[in-house]
Amino acid sequence: MEKRDGVFSGLKILSYSWAVVGPLTMKFFADHGATVIRIESSIRPCTMRSSAPYKDNQPGLNRGGYFTYYNGNILSFTINMNHPKAKDISRRLVEWCDVFMENYTPGVMERWGLDYENLKKIKPDIIMLRQSGYGSSGPYKNLPAFGMVLGPIAGMPNFIGWPGKEPLPVGVSAYTDCISPRFATAALIAALDHRKRTGKGQLLDLSQFETAISFILPGLLDYVATGQEPERIGNSSPYAAPHAVFRCKGDDRWCTIVVNTEQEWCDFCSEIGQPGLVSDPWFDTLEHRKQNEDALNIIIADWTVRLTPEEVMTRLQSAGIAAGVVENAKDNLDDPQLKTRNIYWPMQHPEMGNFTHLGQSFQLSKTPAKAYSPAPLLGEHTEAICTELLGMSDEEFVGLMQEGVFE
Amino acid sequence: MLNHLRALDLTDDRGFLCGKILADLGVNVIKIEKPGGDASRQIGGFWGCAANPERSLYWFAYNSNKKGITLDITQPKGQEIFKKLVTTTDFVIESFPPSYLDKLGIGYKDFSQHKKLIWASITPFGAEGPYRDFRDSDLVIMGMSGTLYQTGESDGPPVHISVPQACLHAGADAAVGCMVAYYHRENTGEGQHVDVSMQQSAAWFQANAVPTYEMNGTIIKRAGSFRAGTSSQVAQRQVWQCKDGYVFFNVIGGRTGAKTLSALVEWMNEEKLATDFLLNMDWETFDMFTVNEATMNSISVPVGDFFLKHTRKELLQGAVPRGVSIGPLSSMQDLIEDECLKERDYWTEVEHPELNTSITYPRTFIRATEMDCDIKFRAPLIGEHNDEIYKDLGLTAENLQALKKEEII
Repeated sequence: MEKRDGVFSGLKILSYSWAVVGPLTMKFFADHGATVIRIESSIRPCTMRSSAPYKDNQPGLNRGGYFTYYNGNILSFTINMNHPKAKDISRRLVEWCDVFMENYTPGVMERWGLDYENLKKIKPDIIMLRQSGYGSSGPYKNLPAFGMVLGPIAGMPNFIGWPGKEPLPVGVSAYTDCISPRFATAALIAALDHRKRTGKGQLLDLSQFETAISFILPGLLDYVATGQEPERIGNSSPYAAPHAVFRCKGDDRWCTIVVNTEQEWCDFCSEIGQPGLVSDPWFDTLEHRKQNEDALNIIIADWTVRLTPEEVMTRLQSAGIAAGVVENAKDNLDDPQLKTRNIYWPMQHPEMGNFTHLGQSFQLSKTPAKAYSPAPLLGEHTEAICTELLGMSDEEFVGLMQEGVFE
Repeated sequence: MLNHLRALDLTDDRGFLCGKILADLGVNVIKIEKPGGDASRQIGGFWGCAANPERSLYWFAYNSNKKGITLDITQPKGQEIFKKLVTTTDFVIESFPPSYLDKLGIGYKDFSQHKKLIWASITPFGAEGPYRDFRDSDLVIMGMSGTLYQTGESDGPPVHISVPQACLHAGADAAVGCMVAYYHRENTGEGQHVDVSMQQSAAWFQANAVPTYEMNGTIIKRAGSFRAGTSSQVAQRQVWQCKDGYVFFNVIGGRTGAKTLSALVEWMNEEKLATDFLLNMDWETFDMFTVNEATMNSISVPVGDFFLKHTRKELLQGAVPRGVSIGPLSSMQDLIEDECLKERDYWTEVEHPELNTSITYPRTFIRATEMDCDIKFRAPLIGEHNDEIYKDLGLTAENLQALKKEEII
């Protein structure tokens, strides 16, 4: 197996991952050159492998778009963890790795003998990263979790919706899945640095519930300070008006407009051909615009509905006003700015054909993240890992395979 | 721990979280504000309600564990001091408009002799590209990320998350970028520029929206309190009413959802609320992609009735021992009182002596056996650490007095 270049070249990560949190965490390392082995099983493949959409609408474990999109640069190793010989192989994998990461419900690793105490016996300076829904201690530790319930348990929908109406979920399902991996990655690199300095490994335990709270923390502190629970305020803001989403020309096309200062308000009124609004007693100050916000938004919508969101954005941005297209997935892929940002990686996949994999979320000037390999087929690298990284003979590998260890 | 490292944090509210994560990991983070304080201190709410730059809860939330100094980097004398400070630091984190610092002669390129320096810029759209000079606001960026489009009622406009989010995605990404760059520097001695775009960070995770469009030409739309992107025939409720609020729950079939659904039906049966239909259902083979409306109603009507009979707390406490994956919507009070958070010592009190009080904060984002990432002290007051930091830099009390007079610090 080829060693990759990049910042993490030579770093060895073993990952028992599930759904999205695991893959996003692996990505930060794999996209910068780490060798990341993802443990899978054909007996219980990751839920993402069996999630639509499928290539040509034909279900198949190597044909799912959701899985493929998030698993570029990863190596796949299949093993039946309940097979009596699996224990020895997982021990050899642990010996091989620098970092062990997992995001199963607590109890699973313990059952497989892969809890931190056992890992340390195999490899004393190992770093173990755990990222379960509620953390690996506490009363909810054994409760299965996924992003669609973690957002609400962390209180997020209190901040989404219209006054007096029901709270809404973040439409991007499992939104909280992208929060914990960032905290975990920063901490894991600190732990690698710590090991380099002291020789000591450690256990890192994150709770997706807890990291999600950090994304609504100002609202939480508001409650602590005032006893006030958050109110749903639609798209408005106490600090700006207009501050809203407006319908545009086309099918389900929308734009955002935010006017922050009085100068911007002046410029905005000129741009929409309503200079009289500036001195209109209903709209002349922020206070008045807030008081008459519904009427204000109706006037603006009458202007935006005749234009495409791209036209609104271009015209208002030229006038120095914050405005943008409310982009859907097609717009994201076509966005000329995102195109400059290394965020989408087309790669040739054996079953999917040319397929867009997710790239990176930030750019480094000297060591850019890279698309090394497409998402793996289930178990694609099992043989190479056994023979090249674990030093198994071909006979041993074939024997174990015939016994069903690598299912 | 990273106590041997220093970061200068010049961000406004677009980038606070980066320095916060680094500070929690042990980096000595020094927040640099203009004299009089950063404009983001005007963001409400405020401790004691009345607007006060020393009492902004938004400022408190993401600036604890950082020290704070004031410095006017638009003045030549301030720039000289900034240049000296940069020689003492490992990281610079800033969120000025692209090229702003270059024009002042104190941009990343002006420190090329400082080979080990890692410099993170958090900008609305990135350091280069056709939109780089666009004006921003969280609403505008979340709109351009894809998240806004997918959130809201299906027959109404997209709806925003009212706590700004793009700055958090970007701030966290900048922390990751700084750490990746640091790892590289420790191996090679070479620092670099970390270029973070808030739009890109927020667009990075869009669940399956991008592959769904690429494969089927289908754009995933808003579905309000329902769930988008599963069955093409039947809407699947995601937000349900319970006795004292709301509970979030998805009917998911196959292996993924079978455990929760069978445990939920068993729970309903304990209370004599499970129907024969539910009791006879084979959840392992139940397929939410092909389910018809009659079947969905036979599930959602009794389940909805069951939720209505229970409070949020009852639902959570009942779900835990039974392994039912449901999400009662927590109020802020629920979070403060949550048993799991309590048992994990998630909340802690941090002293604010000048307010004569302590305030409840999250203690840490991680439990690490070899690193103490706890919150140690509250966010800095305006210029609170001027004496300490500038004296380390070799400035005398007289120097500081003069600089204060000239409004440099």
